[in-house]
Amino acid sequence: MSFDAVAQQPKLQHLLQGVVAFAAVVCLILLALHRGPARRRGAAFLLLAPALLLLTAGLVLPGLRTLLLSFMDREGDARVGLDNYVWLFTDPEALIALRNTLAWVVLVPLLVTAVGLLYAAAVVRSRFRALALSLVLLPMAISFVGAGLVWKFVYAYRPAEADQIGLLNQLVVTFGGTPRQWLVESPWNVLFLVVAMVWTQAGFAAVLLAGAIGAVPGEITEAARLDGASPRQIFWRITVPLIRPTLLVVVLAEVIGTFKAFDIVRTMTAGQFDTGVIAHEMYDQAFRYGETGRGAALAVLLFALVTPVVAYRIRAQRSAG
Amino acid sequence: MRFGARLALAVTTLIVTVTACGAPHGGGSQPRAGQDCGPYARYGEHAGTTVTVYASNRDREADLFEETWADFAACTGIDVAYEGDGEFEAQIQLRVEGGNTPDVAFFPQPGLMERFARAGRLKPASAEVAALAKEGWSADWNGYATVNGTLYGTPLVANVKSFVWYSPAFFRDRGLSVPRTWAELMDVTEKVAASGVKPWCAGVESGEATGWPLTDWIEDVLLRQAGPDVYDQWVSHEIPFNDPRVIRAMDTVGSVLKNDRYANGGYGPARSMASIAYQEGGTPVLSGDCAMHRQASFYAEHWPEGTEIGPDKDVFAFLLPGTDRTSRPVLGGGVFAAAFSDRPEVRAFQEYLATADFATARMKKGPFVSANKGVDPADAATPVDRLSIQLLQDPKTQFRFDGSDLMPASVGAGTFWKGAVDWIGGKGTEPVADSVERSWPRP
Repeated sequence: MSFDAVAQQPKLQHLLQGVVAFAAVVCLILLALHRGPARRRGAAFLLLAPALLLLTAGLVLPGLRTLLLSFMDREGDARVGLDNYVWLFTDPEALIALRNTLAWVVLVPLLVTAVGLLYAAAVVRSRFRALALSLVLLPMAISFVGAGLVWKFVYAYRPAEADQIGLLNQLVVTFGGTPRQWLVESPWNVLFLVVAMVWTQAGFAAVLLAGAIGAVPGEITEAARLDGASPRQIFWRITVPLIRPTLLVVVLAEVIGTFKAFDIVRTMTAGQFDTGVIAHEMYDQAFRYGETGRGAALAVLLFALVTPVVAYRIRAQRSAG
Repeated sequence: MRFGARLALAVTTLIVTVTACGAPHGGGSQPRAGQDCGPYARYGEHAGTTVTVYASNRDREADLFEETWADFAACTGIDVAYEGDGEFEAQIQLRVEGGNTPDVAFFPQPGLMERFARAGRLKPASAEVAALAKEGWSADWNGYATVNGTLYGTPLVANVKSFVWYSPAFFRDRGLSVPRTWAELMDVTEKVAASGVKPWCAGVESGEATGWPLTDWIEDVLLRQAGPDVYDQWVSHEIPFNDPRVIRAMDTVGSVLKNDRYANGGYGPARSMASIAYQEGGTPVLSGDCAMHRQASFYAEHWPEGTEIGPDKDVFAFLLPGTDRTSRPVLGGGVFAAAFSDRPEVRAFQEYLATADFATARMKKGPFVSANKGVDPADAATPVDRLSIQLLQDPKTQFRFDGSDLMPASVGAGTFWKGAVDWIGGKGTEPVADSVERSWPRP
């Protein structure tokens, strides 16, 4: 479909007004600051005010409202106590979402870090380091939705007698097997979704870890080599302990990202065939089924699960810095 | 800093000017020269007003709608701002909650419409619209747009789901005739299977809606075996979801679809349905790898390009038969137009949508079925549309709405679909029906 500038005019005007309003606020602050040497505390407050306002309106208030809604019924009218949380831990479908999220949160950071670490260690001293790292970073340039669609095709099913359109089933057929419905057969289909996620994230881990490995002082490894350490010993006893802070950053970033995994599930299976995760189930309940209370309860659970990880990450970063 | 201050002043001035220029100006269309505005005089003059419409139809379907009401818009001066969104079902809630409510929405599910009516968001239909609804549609149809005795909308689009698509040439070559009773249908099924072709094919993959073609099958068979009254009780949960009659209907469907001798023609074992997109479900009918594909009238759009539809063309459809020749149960679906505001121009637009004139004008532009009693089947764009309209207008027809669209969304668009997919994957009928029953929301 072509872009019709005339038909889109109202939207363009909205956009323009938004940009202009933003510029106006910035200008007003600059003007106010320009007035003269104000007290530093006043200036700091003025500069922080827009951010605080946006945080309150965009994060704190909706967060509190979500918490309230999680104790209400589907219309958000009547109090139901802990019913939504009871549902969360007893309903078979919600339990499957919890089980899958657990599997994702354990597997994705583990696999991403392992693949990234091995890849980084393999290429870091090679002549093609830059090329190899760019290649593995490429999937990161694809959106999760794009990656989901790519992998949906990789797993596509066609009957044995027809031409295969999916890469994986073509390989299976080439080696004499019969095509399988990878995305349908539970619980293994969860692993196939996890693979897609790992594919998008491994490059991020590899690049960060390659940087960290590259920064390990050559004197230390050289000394170890002179002492007769094998390459394997150097890797596990010298390199890995020295890059531990970076490893931690990678693992924690992946844990946080994986808790919120939504796009890949939505594009590949839409939560069908027992592949739902918390973030996706939350969307289904709140927006497709109109079960606002249950959706809010799932959101609160997600928040409660992610917060300690975020807090730990901030603390780890502080102590590292 | 002096430069900064001057820049800031300049930008602020610019802003004020631009914002002033950017203020919305009145829309509205002008009648073209030589246009006959006679038929639209009754809707009055609303020059400079805008009615926003939000619906799920996009691309060509959206264009056809807009072409249809172009004259109405030009003559009344109303600017009809249409927006089609593939995520309508999820987004409408956000739009309404977020204060970006459209004036008129086309609801593809009465259950969804009912939710907004009960929440007090929708405006009851005006007396004029109610009179047009009474004149145009059967009580069955209007009942689906009525909540607590108040009419909120009018049927806009109708579709017939109880069709079986087949290849007339395939039937002719094997000396088969179109079955008129359920027993005859099973007879044809067995004959085709005996000749080495799997008689039925289906695809049920449809993103988040995966499974819906299966629930349609089950509803269709329940409507035939147990009758419309039991069907209504089941949909409104007066009898449990796992009632023995429902189990029997599911087992009947299972004896066809879960039977590797009968399905999935062209696609391998019966279980393969979960991986086949519903749009491709019937393709093997064309190659003779499958004899019959049960799917709604709108499947006409999913045949590969160049496929001709008609009684002596590449493919055609017959009504999924009832238990005997006299019964004519029809399962269908529809879209309902309802309004969130009651400004005069919105009322006028809603009134226009409720007329047979609108439905006829839309039918003449391309494939479209209306259940309005005032349309002439001869105006239908395709043979299947004509057949659908004839069925919908036939007084002997017992029309029932797709039950999964009427059930609470967490069942009708959730556990029932998912359960049906598990079921086709090999899970037993009772466990699936029991788990759907358990998921039914408590009042």
